[in-house]
Amino acid sequence: MGHLAVLTGQLFNGISVGSILLLTALGLALSFGLMNVINMAHGEMLMVGGYVAYLTCRFVHGPAGFLLALLFSFLGAAVLGGVLEVTVIRWLYGRPLDTLLATWGVSLILQQGARSLFGAIGVDVVAPHWLSGSVAINHGVLAGLTLPYVRIFIILLTIVTFALLLLFIARTRWGLFLRAVHQDREMAQALGVNTKWVDLLVFAAGTGVAGLAGAALALIAPVTPTVGQSYVVYAFLVVIVGGLGSLLGTALAALLVGLFSSTVQMFTGVSLSDVFLLVLVIVFIQFRPRGIIFQRSRVMKEA
Amino acid sequence: MLSLSGVSAAYGKSQVLRGIDLSVGPGESVSLLGRNGVGKTTLLRTIVGHHAAASGSIAFLGDDVTAQPAYKRARRGIGYVPQGRGIFSHLTVDENLRLGAAGSPRSRTAEAIPSYIFELFPVLQRVGQRKGGVLSGGEQQQLAIARAMVAQPKLLILDEPTEGIQPSIVQQIEESLREIRTRLKVAILLVEQYLDFAWSIADRFYVMRRGQIVLEGNPRESDPSSVHHLLSV
Repeated sequence: MGHLAVLTGQLFNGISVGSILLLTALGLALSFGLMNVINMAHGEMLMVGGYVAYLTCRFVHGPAGFLLALLFSFLGAAVLGGVLEVTVIRWLYGRPLDTLLATWGVSLILQQGARSLFGAIGVDVVAPHWLSGSVAINHGVLAGLTLPYVRIFIILLTIVTFALLLLFIARTRWGLFLRAVHQDREMAQALGVNTKWVDLLVFAAGTGVAGLAGAALALIAPVTPTVGQSYVVYAFLVVIVGGLGSLLGTALAALLVGLFSSTVQMFTGVSLSDVFLLVLVIVFIQFRPRGIIFQRSRVMKEA
Repeated sequence: MLSLSGVSAAYGKSQVLRGIDLSVGPGESVSLLGRNGVGKTTLLRTIVGHHAAASGSIAFLGDDVTAQPAYKRARRGIGYVPQGRGIFSHLTVDENLRLGAAGSPRSRTAEAIPSYIFELFPVLQRVGQRKGGVLSGGEQQQLAIARAMVAQPKLLILDEPTEGIQPSIVQQIEESLREIRTRLKVAILLVEQYLDFAWSIADRFYVMRRGQIVLEGNPRESDPSSVHHLLSV
């Protein structure tokens, strides 16, 4: 196996990790950009998505089982996110520290709930038949490179989800409301936009996409009660590097963070690569405190 | 149609409005005058629902709207053109206009924008695809008024629509407001520093001072000079 093949393999892994990071970070970017809310329980939406996928695959067999699992994990996490918005977050607007604390509490409750229901040991989602296997390259400079179908699937899933989200924001009526509220909440309200609904919709969509990430992640790693925690830290990094409230920046940052970790991990261990990543982010923030892409908004000005 | 009784409002502990009684009848045009900092903008913000009234009540079209959120008041027929225009600078002119119909299902389609909008403000027809932020101040002001008119409101509330706008455009804005008042029969509540305009368009006027209404009158029966001492610094 040549150097180029190893490198390409790592880059490919980096892109697939970046994909899951992007799906996780999108919801954070949306809810922070729109509502100035930092949801500490966001990682648990990923966890919930993973467990919902696990349950769906246990009860529904056959080739369509996993597609159904994707749908249910999106819906499950979206409904849970909606409930969280209505019962907790809505009452704490304009109090970012209280929101932080309250959602952290929710995240602990969800983690313990998962531990009680499913046990501390992870559960596995076995990839469906049509996703097992890989593209193997046997000739040329890339000889020895194998690209697993599951990882290709995760990348495609992310591209499709991201594109749909962008289309929704750019083309639909609710997307227009979202952009208006993002820019000037009061004015949008004075024109008759029901901002409570916009907040709820955006928050639920964001947690739903995180649930989707959880289902995708379940294909390559066991689902544990703390799986969300380990990913949400990176997702926060992605949101900060990407530029608060910018989806394109979030996508770029997710790709960068994914590629960086997987490349550095070739030479060092996981812990050391995390150290390098954090140092890099800290340095980056010194030079571009607003992230890669920064969009001006009223909400941001006050923040 | 709009009637306020005993409305008070405060920012924190400092009281800004003290027991305001004010009314606007259907199709009536009312000017609200007063020096800077007497609470005119706060009063408008309280009427549209951006600021909560500490006491008193606000009724619109016979219903008490004091506790209603801003979007519900907008849907009932209150159009608002805020100070500083409130244009969504990242959105196109068309999108800004379509947001004017946010409260009604018509905003799904391009027909959301009634044809009279472009009769009132022909300049907006040519700039539909441009971002709101690149328009001149005068164009933005016309867009803000047009956007408020898209929802076919029964009452149009304007906060200093001629502030910082070049004289030739001010005249156009004046004419469109007269048109809105006479042809479309929309009631107007106007805060304006430019006294000649505020005087000539009004059926009635109120003068505010330190959070209270200190004078109410009819511009036909009195002379602008009679309020001068209340307005000049």
